[in-house]
Amino acid sequence: MKNGLKKWRFLPLVAALAFILSGCGEPFLSTLQPAGEVAQKQFNLMMLSVAIMVLVIIVVAIVYVIAITKFRRSKLGEDFIPKQVEGSHRLEVIWTVIPIILLLILAVPTVALTFELGDTQGMEAVDEEGNREALVVDVRANLYWWEFSYPDQGIVTGQELVVPTDENVYFNVIASDVKHSFWIPAVGGKIDTNVDNMNTFYLSFDGEKAQDADNLFYGKCAELCGPSHALMDFKVKTLSPDEFDQWVASMQEAGEQEEPTFDDETVARGYEVYQEQSCIGCHAVSPTQQIGTSQGPNMTTFGERSYTAGILDNRESEEVMAENIKNWIRNSAELKPGNEMPVYNEDTLSDEDLDALTEYLMSLKVYSE
Amino acid sequence: MSTVAQKRGFLAVLWDYLTTVDHKKIAILYLISGGFFFLVGGLEAMFIRIQLAVPDNDFVSAGLYNELLTMHGTTMIFLAAMPLLFAFMNAVVPLQIGARDVAFPFLNSLGFWLFFFGGVFLNLSWFMGGAPDAGWTSYASLSIASPGHGIDFYVLGLQISGAGTLIAGINFLVTIINMRAPGMTYMRMPLFTWSTFVASALILFAFPPLTVGLFLMLFDRMFGANFFNVSMGGNTIIWEHLFWIFGHPEVYILILPAFGIFSDIISTFSKKRLFGYAAMVFATVLIGFLGFMVWAHHMFTTGLGPTANAIFAVATMAIAVPTGVKIFNWLLTMWGGSIRFTTPMLYAVAFIPSFVAGGVTGVMLASAAADYQYHDSYFVVAHFHYVIIGGVVLGLLAGTHFYWPKMFGTMLNETLGKVTFWLFLIGFHGTFFVQHFLGLMGMPRRIWKYLPGQGLDLFNMISTIGAFFMAIAVLVLLYNIVITQVKNVRVGNDPWGDGRTLEWAIPSPPPYYNFKQLPLVRGLDPLWIEKMEGRTEMTPAEPLGDIHMPNNSFIPFVMSLGLFIAAFGAMYQIDWRESGGEEFVWSLPVLIIGMLITLGSMAVRSLKDDHGYHIHKEELMDDTDKGGKE
Repeated sequence: MKNGLKKWRFLPLVAALAFILSGCGEPFLSTLQPAGEVAQKQFNLMMLSVAIMVLVIIVVAIVYVIAITKFRRSKLGEDFIPKQVEGSHRLEVIWTVIPIILLLILAVPTVALTFELGDTQGMEAVDEEGNREALVVDVRANLYWWEFSYPDQGIVTGQELVVPTDENVYFNVIASDVKHSFWIPAVGGKIDTNVDNMNTFYLSFDGEKAQDADNLFYGKCAELCGPSHALMDFKVKTLSPDEFDQWVASMQEAGEQEEPTFDDETVARGYEVYQEQSCIGCHAVSPTQQIGTSQGPNMTTFGERSYTAGILDNRESEEVMAENIKNWIRNSAELKPGNEMPVYNEDTLSDEDLDALTEYLMSLKVYSE
Repeated sequence: MSTVAQKRGFLAVLWDYLTTVDHKKIAILYLISGGFFFLVGGLEAMFIRIQLAVPDNDFVSAGLYNELLTMHGTTMIFLAAMPLLFAFMNAVVPLQIGARDVAFPFLNSLGFWLFFFGGVFLNLSWFMGGAPDAGWTSYASLSIASPGHGIDFYVLGLQISGAGTLIAGINFLVTIINMRAPGMTYMRMPLFTWSTFVASALILFAFPPLTVGLFLMLFDRMFGANFFNVSMGGNTIIWEHLFWIFGHPEVYILILPAFGIFSDIISTFSKKRLFGYAAMVFATVLIGFLGFMVWAHHMFTTGLGPTANAIFAVATMAIAVPTGVKIFNWLLTMWGGSIRFTTPMLYAVAFIPSFVAGGVTGVMLASAAADYQYHDSYFVVAHFHYVIIGGVVLGLLAGTHFYWPKMFGTMLNETLGKVTFWLFLIGFHGTFFVQHFLGLMGMPRRIWKYLPGQGLDLFNMISTIGAFFMAIAVLVLLYNIVITQVKNVRVGNDPWGDGRTLEWAIPSPPPYYNFKQLPLVRGLDPLWIEKMEGRTEMTPAEPLGDIHMPNNSFIPFVMSLGLFIAAFGAMYQIDWRESGGEEFVWSLPVLIIGMLITLGSMAVRSLKDDHGYHIHKEELMDDTDKGGKE
């Protein structure tokens, strides 16, 4: 928003409002603590509109309070017959023209920012060798889980989007079943994932602000999509550009691995269970498989996820994570009603196998130790 | 409701109401059924707020929650707000323009019964396998995927009740154009009549797109068409357009009559002519006109592109101008007046700041680039409840108190009315003010639960407490209605003492023919003009003569009942076909029988002449006009 804050007379009001509102919410979730260029510009536009609207409210409030205190019949007496005024052309013109001016002050930056945020030409820019310069992520929304694939890098991940900070990241979004909407409140406004067509937009993640949020932003589905719409959360992990390149490299490396080898027997047993129970049918464990077609989130980085299924917080300790995984496998139908994962009870999956499976799942790491 | 009616026996009264074509009785039917659905929708809202009171709550299940939120929205818009507005339109508009009834009394009755049976059908879904669960917007991809019959109930129920609404809208258009008393020019019509006129025009143009959309969905769900099936070349965005081309004017259909009620109340209790009458009329028409050009602001995040978004953003902002004109004209009507704070006036006075709050967030939402953040968050929930409760519902409550004496001949208790008012107002702001912040803090709308640790707990709790205040307020209102009708203290023509328009010149409730002699209207606020010249009644515009009246008819009820029956057949033939003709074999016959009932009653209506009857001059001379004749 080039000219938004140039409206100097709103500046003190805007600053005061921004200060008050920034106390609202959590830094990983709140639109009032913008952590990226897009969210910041939207926040500025919000504050400009709030300032104009507060101005309007103040004017209305003054006239209103005077009118309802001064002209009470209890003061004026029952017999008082007010003058039957027809109206006033001058006043009508005033309260038509002034709002138009106020709206123009808001409309100009609105239109400018709408076009600015709609401009995804940066996606097309290529370097001398014809490689795309910007990072592009394909987002596929599914009933209660998200797939994030990186077409230029040839890798895919699920539930936890990994992005570099301080650069524009471009998104192609689509839904594979019903309409959802892709929203990372602290980082920028949402865009619908239609079933009909691909939508495109961009966001950027501010490195400094990301630290306030522990480098982990919350993402939400913002369009009613079924019983577990409320639980269709995802997480966004921010890395510095260098770290991101390393992450991509380790993902690509993991994709090249052939048959896995295991030092630990339990983990090896878990791997067998994973095959026996046909988990592999929906959940690939290689970052290059089933891109854009899988029936469930890719599990390559499962052991590194901060949340299980997007809703169970793993960050406290390994034990908590193990509990979360077991809880999910046993009770996924209650934890996310209507989700398509089968439930595994004691009959279909013994406790020992579940322990082994959990060990195996927690060992699925590519980037951290 | 009156003592005369009670003496006639319950069945006689019931039959009278089932067959009535009198606009005043149809108004009461709309008020009772709309009021009932308002309570149902309110109950659904309470379940929603209880579920969200604390994080990770399991008061209701996820599927049930989606049914509740869908039915809450659908019920409140289609089955509560609109019928309650129709109640006041029916009760008041013919009186305000000095007419003996609406232009088409038979259609008036048909419109009501269609709405009623559509609403009943929709709500039967609760007892017949589950309610619709895709939101009141019923976006196509989700509603096509929704299992069970919930969405079928939605489609068929709204189709039937929508036909009733369309009929009612056309009826009011024709009535206002043709039935005005001598001297009642367009620019002398009270604002409530004007806003009814504009809202009816909006109904005429807004409901056909909904009908088309519902038909497409009906064919998709019931007969295997693929209008919204993407894999077969369909397109779901078309539903969004059709729905919002209807849906946006719909909110003006709701708010404009409320504006009209407030305009009349503010003018009445300020003892002052409406300030800037011509500007108010022009603003009403302009809001109605612009209301059709802004639907895509509900779709800013759909991906229409920056050009469409920018155009619809600016068009939406433009609506703020005529709305602002109205706000200032109301303020200036009070300014220099002599304000009496009756219960209706309290609602009107509270409406102004409440609606301004809803209006300014509307402008904020219009700002497309910023809307990417607000869209489908609790900020939107807060906004539309501020305009719909702060505007429409306060208008309905004000209208209930204001017009109650004209409709029933009794005055609601003012003290209890004020108790209701304060409880409701505090509850309303308590519930919805904090929701603005919840939205900005990252809470999406239509969520069944929120997990702890996201900073959303406190405001959700406050919001739920507010909702309980509103619920208590409604209970006090119900109590007020009951004791008022039990005490049954009759009132005269102009119980408020400040009446300015024609409805206050005749008895409360008016006799069944309304005006013994049509009044001569000599300007805006005709009764006020007469009062200022020392008269208490209108000057007649015609000598006493025979009055032509329509006959009661049971046909509208039967016609609507036929569609109600047919809807069950249309719905269960899906199961019949899916079971390969094994089960639900009755479905197709039921569909045919239902349609035959409707078509048959249409044929009877067309082939059998019904010329109505005349009230003779001599009878009118005997009638003393006191309390009306049943």
